[in-house]
Amino acid sequence: MKKLKLIIRREFLAKVKNKSFLVMTFLSPLLMVGIGFLVFFLSKKNDEKIKKIVYVDESKLFTENDFKDTKTYDYVDYTALGIEESKKKVEEGGYYGVIHIPQIDSLEVLATSITFYSKESPNMSVIERLESTIESKFKNLKLTGFGIDLTKIEASKIAAEIKMYNFSGEKSSKLINWLKIGVGAIAGYMLMMFVMIYGTSVMRSVIEEKTSRIIEVIVSSVKPFQLMLGKIIGNASAGLLQFFIWGIIMLIVSFIASSFFGVNMTEMQTAKMSPEQLEAMNNAVAGDKAQMLVQEIFRLPLVTMFVLFIFYFLGGYFLYSSLFAAVGAAVDNETDTQQFMLPIMLPLILGVYIGFATVINDPHGPISTIFSMIPFTSPIVMLMRVPFGVPWYEIAISMALLLVTFVFMVWVAAKIYRVGILMYGKKPTYKDLWKWIKYKG
Amino acid sequence: MSNLLEINNVVKNYGEFTALNNVSLRVPKGSVFGLLGPNGAGKTSLIRIINQITLPDSGTILLDGKPLVPNDVEHIGYLPEERGLYKSMKVGEQALYLAQLKGLSKSEAKKRLKYWFDKFDIGAWWDKKIEELSKGMAQKVQFIVTVLHKPKLLIFDEPFSGFDPINAQLIAKEILQLRDEGATIIFSTHRMESVEEMCDYIALINKSNKIVDGKLDDIKRQYRSNTYQIGVKTNSSSEVENLLKQHFEVSNTDFRMLDEGLTLNVKIPKGNSPNELFSMLSKHGDVQHFLEIVPSASDIFIQAVNKNS
Repeated sequence: MKKLKLIIRREFLAKVKNKSFLVMTFLSPLLMVGIGFLVFFLSKKNDEKIKKIVYVDESKLFTENDFKDTKTYDYVDYTALGIEESKKKVEEGGYYGVIHIPQIDSLEVLATSITFYSKESPNMSVIERLESTIESKFKNLKLTGFGIDLTKIEASKIAAEIKMYNFSGEKSSKLINWLKIGVGAIAGYMLMMFVMIYGTSVMRSVIEEKTSRIIEVIVSSVKPFQLMLGKIIGNASAGLLQFFIWGIIMLIVSFIASSFFGVNMTEMQTAKMSPEQLEAMNNAVAGDKAQMLVQEIFRLPLVTMFVLFIFYFLGGYFLYSSLFAAVGAAVDNETDTQQFMLPIMLPLILGVYIGFATVINDPHGPISTIFSMIPFTSPIVMLMRVPFGVPWYEIAISMALLLVTFVFMVWVAAKIYRVGILMYGKKPTYKDLWKWIKYKG
Repeated sequence: MSNLLEINNVVKNYGEFTALNNVSLRVPKGSVFGLLGPNGAGKTSLIRIINQITLPDSGTILLDGKPLVPNDVEHIGYLPEERGLYKSMKVGEQALYLAQLKGLSKSEAKKRLKYWFDKFDIGAWWDKKIEELSKGMAQKVQFIVTVLHKPKLLIFDEPFSGFDPINAQLIAKEILQLRDEGATIIFSTHRMESVEEMCDYIALINKSNKIVDGKLDDIKRQYRSNTYQIGVKTNSSSEVENLLKQHFEVSNTDFRMLDEGLTLNVKIPKGNSPNELFSMLSKHGDVQHFLEIVPSASDIFIQAVNKNS
């Protein structure tokens, strides 16, 4: 145990004292937040530009009310000029494009005969906006044609909101569902990033010991397994420290940046939503609903989530990093790692894809359930499922499988590691690795 | 003299390949033991087993009369052939770390390191990184961390590779000093002439098998051919040569005498005294050169291999 502690300490310090670690730790959050703000400002600036759109309405169906100016759209009526003249005007510059509504009696035919001319291919959101303007106008015209009073239609609009309960009496809402997805996705994604960054760092550290030829000196003092374990734990500690510092820096930087630039954080998060959504959200958050949300957050299986997060995080990290250590031991230099890296990376990436593709839509569907059982993907997929409430027996099976696989893979990795660290020269094949696993003692 | 290390019938296979085939050795306490043999003979496999880096498939190893236990690494100092240090770690830090892994306390390790660093006059290196040192300098540090915990058993695999002759001599002196202080030394090398003169005992290993072992002098006596290299200053070389041929087996030799005369290798029958030859020669001229050809370890090795196959 004393030796393990010494190894962990050395690995931790070797990692933390490294210049690139310091740079990564303190520079990357600044960069990330900086890029975030940059993107935000640019997109905001982009949206703020007013688009001037010309319309030539030969059908005389539309009024100024239909083409109302908004914050970002200015409509100009050039019906009097005619389409050819208008097109010339647009080409001369100053306008985004021109929409031509010809004179056709049948609404159905007209609906597919409207054209939009612009110098460059237009933004899809502009076209969608125009299409929806036209669709709603035509719908209203038809409704009037059927003799229906539009004011009555308006008056008949009613918003429904279904309150969701599960059988254990937990209440849920769409908002909390999004929250669950968010929490699960962040946890799963973080695990993948952590494994990738610190797993490869374990691998690099093993290769370093091989190339500097110190390995045999070390293993004459400690068991190879101790060394491998010490490396994995030492690197993880450095990683956790780095994540922790990142979290703090991100908080501070976001705080400073938001107060300095006067950017409202909620504005930043909601920038992409349409006004209607915004309104709905504001309503939802306001008053009672805000309270309900807080209550619901506390009704989430927080303790379970936390415990499982720790379990799957550690389980996933140890499982993968022991494999990374084995790969490091098998080769002499980093360029030789490629062929062995792919099979390790694949399930990791698969886990994240499965998570994002299926868990979000159907957290208890067959695919998400199966992949939350398979040990190589379970840490990620299960972490994503947990906020939605997973039956205890599924969690038990998944945990048991992970644990068994973890012990088995660490055993296999340790075997490869023990033989590999003392092998130099030939680049091993999978067949060689298999032989190493079978060696006795 | 009792044995510090006893290796009994050790077998080690790597898959189909047999690295050690039923090898047994006795390493007496306080001796310098040469483990000699060509590359790939199984020396390193055996040393790794003694260091518990790998386990034997069968056979036992006794250290001081007791089977090896994990903590025995604290009684063994090992300088592997493939050796190195952490490149980006400072010399002092690194030496402390390795010493602590061998079970020394930090304060004790510091004290002993100071002694050795003063002895080798390398105190100024303490805060330097290994990558800033030359290969020879790093080797000195490596030697210190090998012997720092005062192990009963010291194992050196190709100890002098990487040292210039002056430093090699310095290290050789230190090793013999350690022997005099009670340590037992095992040398492993394929360059047999490099350590032969330091060894009390040797074992020759070839193709996974031990072919010869024992006290170096005994082995040499066993393999001696009673051949003498002679040089006589004389004007009648051919007459003397013919005379010798009547009594002994003679063959050509390859050394050069300063004065003109006869040079030959002369083999005398077992049990005869060399004085007989000497007095015969002295009658015909000045005997300037008279030397028994003692078989070197590599001569013995070649003979033993030929005898075995």
